Amino acid sequence: MTINPQTNHTQSAASVEAINMTMKFGEFTALDNVGIKVKPGSFHALLGENGAGKSTLVKCIMGFYHATDGQVLVDNKEAQMDDPKDAQAIGLGMVYQHFTLVPSLTGAENLLISRVNAPNIINWSDENDDMTAFIDKMPFKVPLDVPVSRLSAGEKQKLEILKQLYLGSRFLILDEPTSVLTPAEADEVLSHVKKLTKDNKVSVLMITHKFKEVTKFADEVTVLRRGKFAGGGDVSTLTANDMAVMMMGSETPKVEFNRAPTADDNILKLSNVKAQDRSGLKHILIKDLKVRAGEILGVAGVSGNGQTELMEILTGQRPMTDGAITVQDHPFSGTREQSKKYQVRYLPEEPLQNACAARMSVAENLAFRIFDMQGDKKRFWKSDQDIKTFAHKMITEFNIKTVSTDSPISTLSGGNVQRAVLARELTGDVKLLVISNPCFGLDFSAVLAIRKRIIEARNNGVAVLLISEDLDEIMELSDRIVVMSEGSINYETEANSADITKIGHYMAGHS
Amino acid sequence: MSDVTDIGLWGVPLAIIGGAIRVSTPFLFVSLGECITERSGRINLGLEGTLIFGAMSGYAIAVNTQSPWLGVLGAAFFGMIFGLFHGWVCKFKGVNDIAIGIALMLLGNGLAFFFGKPYIQPVAPDLPAISFGWWSDIEQVRAALQVNVLFIIGLIIALFLAWGFKSTKIGLTVRVVGDSTDAARAIGLEPNKIRLLSTAAGGALAGIGGAYLSLYYPGSWNEGISSGQGLMAVALVIFARWNPINCFWVALLFGGAGALGPALQSVGISQGYYLFFAAPYVLTLGLLIATSSPNKAMESAPGELSITK
Repeated sequence: MTINPQTNHTQSAASVEAINMTMKFGEFTALDNVGIKVKPGSFHALLGENGAGKSTLVKCIMGFYHATDGQVLVDNKEAQMDDPKDAQAIGLGMVYQHFTLVPSLTGAENLLISRVNAPNIINWSDENDDMTAFIDKMPFKVPLDVPVSRLSAGEKQKLEILKQLYLGSRFLILDEPTSVLTPAEADEVLSHVKKLTKDNKVSVLMITHKFKEVTKFADEVTVLRRGKFAGGGDVSTLTANDMAVMMMGSETPKVEFNRAPTADDNILKLSNVKAQDRSGLKHILIKDLKVRAGEILGVAGVSGNGQTELMEILTGQRPMTDGAITVQDHPFSGTREQSKKYQVRYLPEEPLQNACAARMSVAENLAFRIFDMQGDKKRFWKSDQDIKTFAHKMITEFNIKTVSTDSPISTLSGGNVQRAVLARELTGDVKLLVISNPCFGLDFSAVLAIRKRIIEARNNGVAVLLISEDLDEIMELSDRIVVMSEGSINYETEANSADITKIGHYMAGHS
Repeated sequence: MSDVTDIGLWGVPLAIIGGAIRVSTPFLFVSLGECITERSGRINLGLEGTLIFGAMSGYAIAVNTQSPWLGVLGAAFFGMIFGLFHGWVCKFKGVNDIAIGIALMLLGNGLAFFFGKPYIQPVAPDLPAISFGWWSDIEQVRAALQVNVLFIIGLIIALFLAWGFKSTKIGLTVRVVGDSTDAARAIGLEPNKIRLLSTAAGGALAGIGGAYLSLYYPGSWNEGISSGQGLMAVALVIFARWNPINCFWVALLFGGAGALGPALQSVGISQGYYLFFAAPYVLTLGLLIATSSPNKAMESAPGELSITK
């Protein structure tokens, strides 16, 4: 008779502490001397923007990464985790952002097969009795006899948590557990988790960037910013504003650019634009948004509040259910013809995936907007010669570093891919430029070069809509700032007179 | 021939039932094999080639050893080799399981014809059958209820697989791998290894299906022995929704459709003779169209299967 993991369920919550964790990827320091302590039976939140080092920290704790420096203590004893199985063995479990359940298997089958010691021949009546006994001790129930694919997102998330407890985890890392849930489901799941910690069954470390969840459920919080410890403590002593400031920071000096005066004509207008969000459960509603020629409008917001959807609406990737978009007073739905006619250009986030054909050459990628044109006329045969000449011109003008015009664009560094896309999008007459997170993951010099280009375009009379999760970037580039929260715009201010605490307040969802 | 009773048009359903049992066995084995392979997330279209090679090798071994059962074992062995090869090639990046399957189908055909030339003349012992028609005086009933042992073994395998997919660790493992490679890795399974073994098991069953063709019905080795059963069995698995028990019923249905032409001919209806012979193919097309949906992935389809992704 093998030992069932269920016997572990009488064990109580573990304490986990990471000391002086440093993680370097080559030159880049993802995590710089960060410490965190999760007390037994506590609900600890880990806050930070994208790229702040949250995932790196938990992956170091779980043994996915081997930290460059630092150590992990479990129940005050040093623990050596070489891979996630070691972590599992001493009771550390992780629930991923994306479900790891097997969709066509039932809940019970999923629980059973994830056990290391699953029996060769399964006696389902015994196993079902065991599982019922286990579920009865839990504060929430999930139907175990239907295929997981038929469960709702909330039920799946609960099943993921149950699975970890079933496997004997005494410390749980939840990676943005509510990102795929409706607000009601999120509330329910987290209050159950809270109950589990109160019963001292498990300690929880939850990665999030939603302040509401932190203030409502967490006991303690640690805030990371750009790989460093940015603050933390008892949640009861902190306000959402305090946390927003820790998370976004406001210490970077603003680089001043020369700005030409803004014209009065509105280039882009959105009125009552409505669309479904990614989860299909909530709506994006932009009541009124205007961008004038020679103006940069910054859209600030914590990621996941509808910015991606806004970008998709503007590029024609997401159908609107209501409302109208006009560009230069003509209706606009993002087709190639329209963007050519009204001179609309895009710079989406992660340009290698969203704005390039990764395996095609640099020259071909640069030619996406001109390969079928000969001056103003359409052409049938493409001319490799013209494409090459154009590419050489762009490469010198925008200072793109590439081995040759024929190398695949995926061989370029992130900054150079972004330069290439900018070169393509800013060439010719441009009236409107829609940008999303242009400097995400780029080094300092590339960031500066790209921001200069954006300002230059603005000074030439281009209307720029800048969607960014980096508040510093918004503050630095924008003439006017709006804040997006839960799918709509809840605050607008001139950049000159903007108050960063106030912006943080609205970003945190208050109004 | 004096004891042949004239039973008139009753002969048609009777011949269809008898034909269904006789013709369905290769369908049953190939589809059960394909069911295992597809449940693990791969498609092996090469089973047509495996079937024909199984028919040839089974016949050859039976001729040489005078034991039909050794022939069946040999066919299973060579089928397994084909399956192992398919599974091994498919683990490499950028290799498409369907393309490899088609290549293996042609290879199996070619090899079988090549090695099978000397075995067209010799006669091999037949596989035994059990008479379930002893209670009847009517010759046609007794003929229809001559059930080959392999058919019964196939039924047992179908039941066993249905149970195994649900109640054994191996069965669950195959399903996990077929549904989500990522989830399988998260649990610590090796998808490539499990798919290799599943494809090998599938090949072995298809080989047995081939041995049935040459050792029982039609019961001789020639180059036209298969009429696409191996390929149709792939469609059959989809129609059976990857459920072994359904595979059994659907194999019977296909077998019955295949027996329609000869049955009608036996009572003198010879008009549209070739059309009736096409019944299984028409049925395949019709069923696939009827059970497909333009905008929804098929429910219960293994998530990693390249055709349903």
